[in-house]
Amino acid sequence: MIRPDVLDAMQDRFDGLQMSEFRGQSRVVVPRDGFLSLIHWLRDEQAFTCLADITCVDYQAYRDARNRFGLVYLLSNLDTNERLTVRVMLDEDDLVVPSLVPLWEGADWLEREVWDMFGVRFDGHPDLRRILLPEAFTAFPLRKDYPMQGRGERHNFPVINRDQA
Amino acid sequence: MASLSETVGVADPTEQDYLWTLNFGPQHPATHTTLRIVLKLDGERVVDAIPDIGYLHSGFEKIGEHLDYNQYVTVTDRMNYISPMANNVAWHHAVETLAGIEITPRCKYVRVIVAELARISDHLLSTGAMGLDVGAFTFFLYAFYMREKIYDIFETLCGARFTNSYTRVGGVMHDITPLVIEKIRSFLDEAPKTFGDMQRLVNRNRIFIDRMKGVGVLTQEEAVRYCATGPVARASGVTRDLRKDEPYLAYEDFDFDVCCARAGDCFARYYVRMAEMLESVSIVQQALENLPAGPIDVGPEDRMALPTKEQVYQTIEGTITHFELTMSNRGFEVPNDESYAAIESPNGELGFYLVGDGSDVAYRARCRPPSFIHFSVFPYLIRGHTLSDVVAVLGSLNIIAAELDR
Repeated sequence: MIRPDVLDAMQDRFDGLQMSEFRGQSRVVVPRDGFLSLIHWLRDEQAFTCLADITCVDYQAYRDARNRFGLVYLLSNLDTNERLTVRVMLDEDDLVVPSLVPLWEGADWLEREVWDMFGVRFDGHPDLRRILLPEAFTAFPLRKDYPMQGRGERHNFPVINRDQA
Repeated sequence: MASLSETVGVADPTEQDYLWTLNFGPQHPATHTTLRIVLKLDGERVVDAIPDIGYLHSGFEKIGEHLDYNQYVTVTDRMNYISPMANNVAWHHAVETLAGIEITPRCKYVRVIVAELARISDHLLSTGAMGLDVGAFTFFLYAFYMREKIYDIFETLCGARFTNSYTRVGGVMHDITPLVIEKIRSFLDEAPKTFGDMQRLVNRNRIFIDRMKGVGVLTQEEAVRYCATGPVARASGVTRDLRKDEPYLAYEDFDFDVCCARAGDCFARYYVRMAEMLESVSIVQQALENLPAGPIDVGPEDRMALPTKEQVYQTIEGTITHFELTMSNRGFEVPNDESYAAIESPNGELGFYLVGDGSDVAYRARCRPPSFIHFSVFPYLIRGHTLSDVVAVLGSLNIIAAELDR
């Protein structure tokens, strides 16, 4: 739940925002074009200095979903203890968002994890490599079209024996 | 990069060909778990550290999309396995936030008690193992002796020593019994004395201080920029503690202090953890004294928590609730919406971002793992220090690879 005047100021300043609230948590869906300026404004002028998490949701099988992916940024204000969830919707052919690494160093690994699991690219990220899965992995396992059991990648991993090592 | 160049005295130190590459891990006694760091060394000095993680990746978030809200608690045990109770509490706190369940006052208190005991046991092991890595072996034995007592308490409480899986949607597995309360009380009497002994062993120990002070310094601004939380952030002067800032469960009822330090080095992180344990002892004492009476689970009318066996066999509502909740095509419903809820786990902010799709299985169960975020600070902290400081910094961040990789 955040102060209404912040929400009003945000609504006035940026176009195309969709605000909602659920269980006392304020959420805002922002178009990708206005995303970076919104985050800059929230961090520098509204003191949302703490980036709690970056994650992604694949809405492929979700009821009434219009977009394939939703990126989720959880911000918190360390002075007033407010939280704000900022979401950016993306579609399959164009999975790129601006990176937040210039603003928060901590975004580095979080964005790498989203790339690793969902295949969303972060424009401006200094080192966008897979983080949890091996480099040779080709799929994005947290997408909904990836089966729970995997596709046999594990069996095809090269086995290194003592002579080759 | 400026500070790094100054330390080593060349334009780009990582490009020098005299650097020695050392693989630290994946199996090394001081990593305690399976993680690998590729170190670039100039003699004893660490020029760069490249963490390589993922050895323990088990797809916990994918599993979360296939197990229901009660089953998944067993997986959360295996995330930060040195304080599984805190993960259980965090998971069901998030589920109840999404489903809009208001748990009973007694349940809130019991969850506070187990979460604080988990904090004590986590801090005992993390500080103990850090001491072990820098050579204070006796210190570790003192810590682990107390940790065993917490294992005993948990065993009496829920039957499991290690992977507790104690919480349930809308309640807990078993109510707390007088025997458990007695054990907790005797632990609380003994614990502060042991903490004092531990501090007397190392707080003024020249070797320990030399290994810890001024090593791996994280300033306040850097802590915020690196998204650090918990003891790591508080040791750098960020006064954030979700128990105070966003009081969840029953934390509003208790009188306790948030322990902070300014130095931001390994010693400050150690010191904050030691101080927090005493606060946790005080919270558990207050919770035991004021433990509310009444039911521990939400009632059968909510159709969220499994009823007790007596209710199942003796009342029609109990029978129906039991049937509804256990049949695979039924279960309870959650809204088609998403929410985030976090607790102050021993390691920092442990939150779950849940997307509900109406069924009793999460559509997406994202865990915000504090270890993952703290480990990304590691290369920054270790640059310019010596090889022997790697274990000190690693221990002070309390990296748990199972939570790191999930």
